Amino acid sequence: MLIIDCPHCGPRPETEFGYGGQAHVAYPEDPHALTDEQWAQYLFYRDNPKGDYAERWVHSAGCRKWFNAIRDTRTYEIARVYAAGEPRPDLSKGA
Amino acid sequence: MTDSTLTIEAPEGAAGSAGGAGGTNASASGADVGRAAVLAHRRSPAQDLADEMTQGSGQAVWLRELPFLTQVTLRAQPDGPSSEALAGALGVGLPTRVGEVAGAIDGIGVAVLWLSPDEFLAVAPDEAQTGVSPEAWAGRLSTAVGAGPGQVVDVSANRTTLELSGPRARSVLEKSCEIDLHPRAFPVGTAVVTLLESTGVIVWRTGEETWRVMPRASFTTHVVRWLLDGMREYC
Ligand SMILES: [Zn+2]
Repeated sequence: MLIIDCPHCGPRPETEFGYGGQAHVAYPEDPHALTDEQWAQYLFYRDNPKGDYAERWVHSAGCRKWFNAIRDTRTYEIARVYAAGEPRPDLSKGA
Repeated sequence: MTDSTLTIEAPEGAAGSAGGAGGTNASASGADVGRAAVLAHRRSPAQDLADEMTQGSGQAVWLRELPFLTQVTLRAQPDGPSSEALAGALGVGLPTRVGEVAGAIDGIGVAVLWLSPDEFLAVAPDEAQTGVSPEAWAGRLSTAVGAGPGQVVDVSANRTTLELSGPRARSVLEKSCEIDLHPRAFPVGTAVVTLLESTGVIVWRTGEETWRVMPRASFTTHVVRWLLDGMREYC
Protein backbone atom coordinates (compact mmCIF):
# COMPACT_ATOMS: atom_id res chain seq x y z
CA MET A 1 0.00 0.00 0.00
CA LEU A 2 1.33 3.37 -1.01
CA ILE A 3 0.92 6.36 1.27
CA ILE A 4 0.28 9.33 -1.00
CA ASP A 5 0.70 12.87 0.22
CA CYS A 6 -2.35 14.83 -0.97
CA PRO A 7 -1.32 18.49 -1.32
CA HIS A 8 -4.51 19.46 0.56
CA CYS A 9 -5.11 16.61 3.03
CA GLY A 10 -1.67 15.23 3.80
CA PRO A 11 -0.68 11.56 3.79
CA ARG A 12 -3.51 9.16 2.99
CA PRO A 13 -3.68 5.51 1.91
CA GLU A 14 -3.56 4.74 -1.79
CA THR A 15 -7.13 3.36 -1.70
CA GLU A 16 -8.45 6.92 -1.31
CA PHE A 17 -6.95 7.94 -4.67
CA GLY A 18 -7.67 7.47 -8.32
CA TYR A 19 -4.99 7.31 -10.98
CA GLY A 20 -5.13 9.61 -13.98
CA GLY A 21 -2.16 8.51 -16.09
CA GLN A 22 0.60 10.67 -17.50
CA ALA A 23 0.50 14.37 -16.61
CA HIS A 24 1.10 17.29 -18.95
CA VAL A 25 -0.58 15.68 -21.98
CA ALA A 26 -2.21 18.68 -23.60
CA TYR A 27 -5.48 18.37 -25.51
CA PRO A 28 -4.75 19.09 -29.17
CA GLU A 29 -5.34 22.70 -30.22
CA ASP A 30 -7.47 21.56 -33.17
CA PRO A 31 -8.37 17.83 -33.05
CA HIS A 32 -9.95 18.03 -36.52
CA ALA A 33 -6.62 19.00 -38.05
CA LEU A 34 -4.99 15.76 -36.87
CA THR A 35 -4.54 12.62 -38.92
CA ASP A 36 -5.95 9.43 -37.47
CA GLU A 37 -2.46 8.42 -36.49
CA GLN A 38 -1.81 11.71 -34.67
CA TRP A 39 -5.17 11.43 -32.88
CA ALA A 40 -4.34 7.85 -31.87
CA GLN A 41 -0.97 9.04 -30.62
CA TYR A 42 -2.72 11.62 -28.45
CA LEU A 43 -5.34 9.21 -27.14
CA PHE A 44 -3.40 6.03 -26.55
CA TYR A 45 0.34 6.56 -26.54
CA ARG A 46 2.07 7.41 -23.28
CA ASP A 47 5.65 7.49 -22.05
CA ASN A 48 6.87 4.48 -20.13
CA PRO A 49 10.02 5.66 -18.40
CA LYS A 50 12.15 3.69 -16.00
CA GLY A 51 12.47 6.25 -13.21
CA ASP A 52 10.72 9.56 -12.57
CA TYR A 53 7.28 9.81 -14.13
CA ALA A 54 4.96 12.84 -13.85
CA GLU A 55 1.42 11.58 -13.42
CA ARG A 56 -2.04 12.73 -12.38
CA TRP A 57 -3.83 11.57 -9.26
CA VAL A 58 -7.20 12.48 -7.78
CA HIS A 59 -8.02 12.29 -4.09
CA SER A 60 -11.41 10.79 -4.88
CA ALA A 61 -12.32 9.62 -1.35
CA GLY A 62 -11.11 12.84 0.28
CA CYS A 63 -11.02 16.39 -1.07
CA ARG A 64 -11.78 15.22 -4.65
CA LYS A 65 -9.06 17.46 -6.09
CA TRP A 66 -6.75 16.51 -8.94
CA PHE A 67 -3.02 17.03 -8.53
CA ASN A 68 0.24 15.89 -10.08
CA ALA A 69 2.95 13.70 -8.60
CA ILE A 70 6.41 12.62 -9.68
CA ARG A 71 6.75 8.92 -8.94
CA ASP A 72 9.73 6.70 -9.51
CA THR A 73 8.41 3.75 -11.53
CA ARG A 74 11.19 1.50 -10.16
CA THR A 75 10.74 2.20 -6.43
CA TYR A 76 7.20 3.64 -6.33
CA GLU A 77 8.64 6.46 -4.27
CA ILE A 78 6.83 9.76 -4.79
CA ALA A 79 9.41 12.54 -4.88
CA ARG A 80 7.07 15.48 -5.22
CA VAL A 81 3.39 16.41 -5.41
CA TYR A 82 2.31 19.65 -7.03
CA ALA A 83 -0.85 21.42 -8.14
CA ALA A 84 -2.65 20.56 -11.36
CA GLY A 85 -1.74 23.18 -13.95
CA GLU A 86 1.70 23.81 -12.47
CA PRO A 87 4.66 23.02 -14.72
CA ARG A 88 6.66 19.89 -13.98
CA PRO A 89 9.18 20.78 -11.26
CA ASP A 90 12.85 20.23 -11.92
CA LEU A 91 13.92 17.74 -9.25
CA SER A 92 17.60 18.27 -9.99
CA LYS A 93 17.32 21.63 -8.25
CA GLY A 94 16.61 19.90 -4.93
CA ALA A 95 13.55 20.00 -2.71
CA MET B 1 -58.03 5.52 -10.33
CA THR B 2 -56.65 6.22 -6.89
CA ASP B 3 -56.81 9.52 -5.10
CA SER B 4 -53.44 11.20 -5.61
CA THR B 5 -53.98 13.76 -2.87
CA LEU B 6 -51.53 13.25 -0.03
CA THR B 7 -53.17 13.90 3.31
CA ILE B 8 -50.94 14.11 6.36
CA GLU B 9 -52.52 14.00 9.77
CA ALA B 10 -50.91 15.94 12.59
CA PRO B 11 -49.64 13.45 15.14
CA GLU B 12 -50.80 13.60 18.77
CA GLY B 13 -49.11 16.38 20.71
CA ALA B 14 -47.42 17.91 17.68
CA ALA B 15 -46.41 21.54 17.91
CA GLY B 16 -49.17 23.86 16.87
CA SER B 17 -51.95 21.36 17.49
CA ALA B 18 -52.90 22.90 20.83
CA GLY B 19 -54.90 25.75 19.34
CA GLY B 20 -58.11 23.77 19.20
CA ALA B 21 -61.28 24.78 17.43
CA GLY B 22 -61.98 28.43 16.98
CA GLY B 23 -58.33 29.50 17.15
CA THR B 24 -57.95 33.13 16.19
CA ASN B 25 -54.90 32.58 13.98
CA ALA B 26 -56.26 29.71 11.96
CA SER B 27 -54.00 29.97 8.90
CA ALA B 28 -50.70 30.29 10.79
CA SER B 29 -51.57 27.47 13.18
CA GLY B 30 -52.61 25.37 10.21
CA ALA B 31 -49.18 25.86 8.64
CA ASP B 32 -47.49 24.91 11.92
CA VAL B 33 -49.57 21.77 12.17
CA GLY B 34 -48.68 20.92 8.59
CA ARG B 35 -44.95 21.34 9.13
CA ALA B 36 -44.96 19.47 12.43
CA ALA B 37 -46.81 16.65 10.72
CA VAL B 38 -44.26 16.54 7.93
CA LEU B 39 -41.40 16.41 10.44
CA ALA B 40 -43.12 13.66 12.41
CA HIS B 41 -43.41 11.53 9.28
CA ARG B 42 -39.76 11.68 8.27
CA ARG B 43 -37.88 8.40 8.17
CA SER B 44 -34.14 8.41 8.77
CA PRO B 45 -31.71 6.06 6.97
CA ALA B 46 -30.91 4.03 10.12
CA GLN B 47 -34.37 4.14 11.67
CA ASP B 48 -35.06 0.47 11.04
CA LEU B 49 -31.76 -0.44 12.68
CA ALA B 50 -32.44 1.33 15.99
CA ASP B 51 -33.16 -1.92 17.86
CA GLU B 52 -30.14 -3.66 16.37
CA MET B 53 -27.96 -0.74 17.45
CA THR B 54 -29.34 -0.85 20.99
CA GLN B 55 -28.85 -4.61 21.22
CA GLY B 56 -25.36 -4.40 19.78
CA SER B 57 -24.21 -1.71 22.20
CA GLY B 58 -22.61 -2.24 25.60
CA GLN B 59 -20.62 -0.53 28.35
CA ALA B 60 -17.46 -0.30 26.27
CA VAL B 61 -18.93 1.07 23.07
CA TRP B 62 -22.37 2.08 21.91
CA LEU B 63 -23.89 3.21 18.63
CA ARG B 64 -26.91 5.35 17.79
CA GLU B 65 -28.16 7.53 14.97
CA LEU B 66 -28.45 11.30 15.27
CA PRO B 67 -31.05 11.69 12.55
CA PHE B 68 -32.06 14.67 10.46
CA LEU B 69 -29.17 17.03 11.13
CA THR B 70 -29.29 20.02 8.84
CA GLN B 71 -26.39 19.85 6.35
CA VAL B 72 -25.58 22.51 3.81
CA THR B 73 -22.73 22.27 1.31
CA LEU B 74 -20.86 25.51 0.71
CA ARG B 75 -18.53 26.14 -2.21
CA ALA B 76 -16.38 29.26 -2.08
CA GLN B 77 -12.79 30.17 -2.85
CA PRO B 78 -10.89 30.71 0.39
CA ASP B 79 -10.18 34.37 1.09
CA GLY B 80 -12.66 35.39 -1.62
CA PRO B 81 -15.67 37.66 -1.05
CA SER B 82 -18.07 34.70 -0.88
CA SER B 83 -16.00 33.05 1.85
CA GLU B 84 -16.15 36.22 3.86
CA ALA B 85 -19.91 36.56 3.36
CA LEU B 86 -20.50 32.92 4.35
CA ALA B 87 -18.26 33.19 7.39
CA GLY B 88 -20.24 36.23 8.51
CA ALA B 89 -23.64 34.66 7.88
CA LEU B 90 -22.67 31.46 9.71
CA GLY B 91 -21.37 33.42 12.67
CA VAL B 92 -18.64 30.82 13.29
CA GLY B 93 -16.29 31.46 10.36
CA LEU B 94 -14.99 28.86 7.91
CA PRO B 95 -12.30 26.26 8.61
CA THR B 96 -9.07 26.89 6.74
CA ARG B 97 -7.32 23.51 6.54
CA VAL B 98 -7.90 19.78 6.47
CA GLY B 99 -9.41 18.38 9.68
CA GLU B 100 -10.46 21.73 11.06
CA VAL B 101 -14.00 22.32 12.37
CA ALA B 102 -15.22 25.88 12.87
CA GLY B 103 -17.85 26.61 15.49
CA ALA B 104 -19.29 23.83 17.64
CA ILE B 105 -16.47 21.29 17.49
CA ASP B 106 -18.51 19.02 19.79
CA GLY B 107 -21.37 19.10 17.28
CA ILE B 108 -23.77 20.79 19.70
CA GLY B 109 -24.73 23.89 17.74
CA VAL B 110 -23.60 25.09 14.33
CA ALA B 111 -20.35 23.64 13.01
CA VAL B 112 -18.59 23.99 9.68
CA LEU B 113 -16.44 21.11 8.43
CA TRP B 114 -13.59 21.37 5.93
CA LEU B 115 -14.20 19.04 2.98
CA SER B 116 -11.79 20.51 0.45
CA PRO B 117 -9.95 23.83 -0.05
CA ASP B 118 -13.10 25.37 -1.52
CA GLU B 119 -15.83 23.13 -0.12
CA PHE B 120 -17.31 23.11 3.37
CA LEU B 121 -20.19 21.40 5.16
CA ALA B 122 -22.29 23.42 7.58
CA VAL B 123 -23.97 21.17 10.14
CA ALA B 124 -26.80 22.43 12.36
CA PRO B 125 -29.29 20.69 14.66
CA ASP B 126 -32.50 19.07 13.46
CA GLU B 127 -35.28 21.43 12.48
CA ALA B 128 -37.52 19.68 15.03
CA GLN B 129 -35.30 21.14 17.75
CA THR B 130 -34.56 24.56 16.32
CA GLY B 131 -37.59 25.37 14.21
CA VAL B 132 -35.21 26.43 11.44
CA SER B 133 -35.60 24.30 8.34
CA PRO B 134 -32.68 23.23 6.11
CA GLU B 135 -34.26 25.28 3.34
CA ALA B 136 -34.23 28.35 5.58
CA TRP B 137 -30.57 27.72 6.44
CA ALA B 138 -29.63 27.31 2.80
CA GLY B 139 -31.69 30.34 1.84
CA ARG B 140 -30.00 32.55 4.39
CA LEU B 141 -26.53 31.44 3.32
CA SER B 142 -27.41 31.73 -0.34
CA THR B 143 -28.58 35.29 0.24
CA ALA B 144 -25.26 36.03 1.91
CA VAL B 145 -23.32 34.79 -1.13
CA GLY B 146 -25.65 36.77 -3.41
CA ALA B 147 -24.29 37.11 -6.92
CA GLY B 148 -20.74 36.32 -5.80
CA PRO B 149 -18.94 33.21 -7.05
CA GLY B 150 -19.96 30.27 -4.90
CA GLN B 151 -22.64 27.71 -4.22
CA VAL B 152 -24.98 26.81 -1.36
CA VAL B 153 -26.95 23.55 -1.49
CA ASP B 154 -29.11 21.83 1.11
CA VAL B 155 -27.72 18.28 1.32
CA SER B 156 -29.38 17.24 4.59
CA ALA B 157 -30.73 14.07 3.00
CA ASN B 158 -27.35 13.10 1.54
CA ARG B 159 -25.75 11.77 4.70
CA THR B 160 -27.00 10.62 8.06
CA THR B 161 -25.02 10.83 11.28
CA LEU B 162 -24.06 7.85 13.40
CA GLU B 163 -22.59 8.41 16.83
CA LEU B 164 -20.13 5.88 18.18
CA SER B 165 -19.24 6.41 21.83
CA GLY B 166 -17.39 4.76 24.67
CA PRO B 167 -13.91 3.78 25.77
CA ARG B 168 -13.55 1.28 22.88
CA ALA B 169 -15.10 3.48 20.18
CA ARG B 170 -11.70 4.38 18.76
CA SER B 171 -10.66 0.71 18.70
CA VAL B 172 -13.74 -0.10 16.64
CA LEU B 173 -13.02 2.67 14.15
CA GLU B 174 -9.34 1.78 13.92
CA LYS B 175 -10.24 -1.65 12.58
CA SER B 176 -11.55 -0.06 9.39
CA CYS B 177 -10.10 3.43 9.17
CA GLU B 178 -6.53 3.74 7.93
CA ILE B 179 -5.84 7.29 9.03
CA ASP B 180 -4.30 7.94 12.43
CA LEU B 181 -7.08 8.44 15.01
CA HIS B 182 -4.76 8.78 18.00
CA PRO B 183 -5.49 12.02 19.96
CA ARG B 184 -2.00 13.20 19.04
CA ALA B 185 -2.99 13.28 15.37
CA PHE B 186 -6.78 13.49 15.69
CA PRO B 187 -7.82 15.61 18.69
CA VAL B 188 -11.41 16.45 19.64
CA GLY B 189 -12.83 18.80 17.02
CA THR B 190 -11.16 17.11 14.05
CA ALA B 191 -13.23 15.97 11.07
CA VAL B 192 -12.04 14.44 7.80
CA VAL B 193 -13.48 12.89 4.67
CA THR B 194 -12.02 9.41 4.39
CA LEU B 195 -12.81 5.73 3.94
CA LEU B 196 -14.28 3.39 6.55
CA GLU B 197 -13.22 0.08 5.00
CA SER B 198 -14.30 0.84 1.42
CA THR B 199 -17.12 3.28 2.16
CA GLY B 200 -16.68 7.04 1.92
CA VAL B 201 -17.62 8.74 5.19
CA ILE B 202 -16.91 11.82 7.26
CA VAL B 203 -15.25 10.92 10.58
CA TRP B 204 -15.64 13.63 13.19
CA ARG B 205 -14.34 13.43 16.74
CA THR B 206 -16.84 15.36 18.88
CA GLY B 207 -15.49 14.22 22.27
CA GLU B 208 -12.67 12.24 23.88
CA GLU B 209 -14.74 9.09 23.50
CA THR B 210 -17.38 10.28 21.05
CA TRP B 211 -17.17 10.04 17.28
CA ARG B 212 -19.53 10.86 14.48
CA VAL B 213 -19.48 8.75 11.35
CA MET B 214 -21.45 10.28 8.49
CA PRO B 215 -22.16 7.86 5.63
CA ARG B 216 -24.30 8.55 2.59
CA ALA B 217 -27.93 7.58 3.16
CA SER B 218 -27.83 4.55 0.86
CA PHE B 219 -24.67 3.20 2.56
CA THR B 220 -26.06 3.57 6.06
CA THR B 221 -27.40 0.04 6.55
CA HIS B 222 -24.04 -1.35 5.49
CA VAL B 223 -22.03 0.99 7.71
CA VAL B 224 -24.25 0.36 10.75
CA ARG B 225 -23.92 -3.43 10.37
CA TRP B 226 -20.19 -3.09 9.71
CA LEU B 227 -19.72 -1.07 12.93
CA LEU B 228 -21.94 -3.45 14.92
CA ASP B 229 -19.79 -6.32 13.71
CA GLY B 230 -16.68 -4.47 14.86
CA MET B 231 -18.31 -3.79 18.26
CA ARG B 232 -19.19 -7.42 19.00
CA GLU B 233 -15.96 -8.37 20.72
CA TYR B 234 -16.38 -5.47 23.19
CA CYS B 235 -20.11 -5.89 23.95
ZN1 LIG C 1 -7.06 15.57 -0.52
